[in-house]
Amino acid sequence: MAKLYSRKNKTEIKMNPKDETISFILSYSKALSVIKYKNMKFEALQN
Amino acid sequence: MQNKLISDATLVSNYIQGDETSLEILIKRHKQRIFSFIYSKVYDRDVAEDIFQDTFIKVIKTLKRGAYNEEGKFLPWVMRISHNLVIDYFRKNNRMPKFDNSGEFSIFSVLSCDTLNAEKAIIKEQVESDVRRLIDELPEDQKEVLMMRMYNDMSFKEISERTGVSINTALGRMRYALINMRKVIEKHNIILTN
Repeated sequence: MAKLYSRKNKTEIKMNPKDETISFILSYSKALSVIKYKNMKFEALQN
Repeated sequence: MQNKLISDATLVSNYIQGDETSLEILIKRHKQRIFSFIYSKVYDRDVAEDIFQDTFIKVIKTLKRGAYNEEGKFLPWVMRISHNLVIDYFRKNNRMPKFDNSGEFSIFSVLSCDTLNAEKAIIKEQVESDVRRLIDELPEDQKEVLMMRMYNDMSFKEISERTGVSINTALGRMRYALINMRKVIEKHNIILTN
């Protein structure tokens, strides 16, 4: 049988980021808008 | 379960078109791998959280600016960003703080720090543009030295070779550049702190 080298990972750590971090990222994404004007791009953060 | 069927590429393109939930799905789908990868390098939960957050801030900015190309796959791309940020973190920590001993240099350390929240990002942008405007006001010779020293990280020896003046002249120009900037800051009550 073929060896599956990808399967085994010696000490695989399984961790998740905090919920606050995720929610921060999602709100940041909602607040950020990029305005394009001619060749320029402006980032704007709205609360 | 429905989410599993949608490919990363589709989610990315939906997100670029304004669908915020696509990003949520992408994050939920990959958060464990990315976070575990970062943690496996830094072994500090808080640092890992910061790097994870910064990674996605970069991802969001790149996607929203339309600078992402569909050549590579989403996850390897995000992993590469987080990997680079991990390297940056170790670089920052190993290096002696260069400009911490005098007031005017703190401006530049503000410029190089990563944004953590929306408010700080706005302040940083304002400070950055203020500093740029201050630099633009300087006489050409002083501006040249300051840009080479601060933005190109050149030594005064290199600057003197490049500009064809002595090291002392280059040092003097730097000094006057800072004095002039400070004068303008005081005159107009510009606040350059984050």
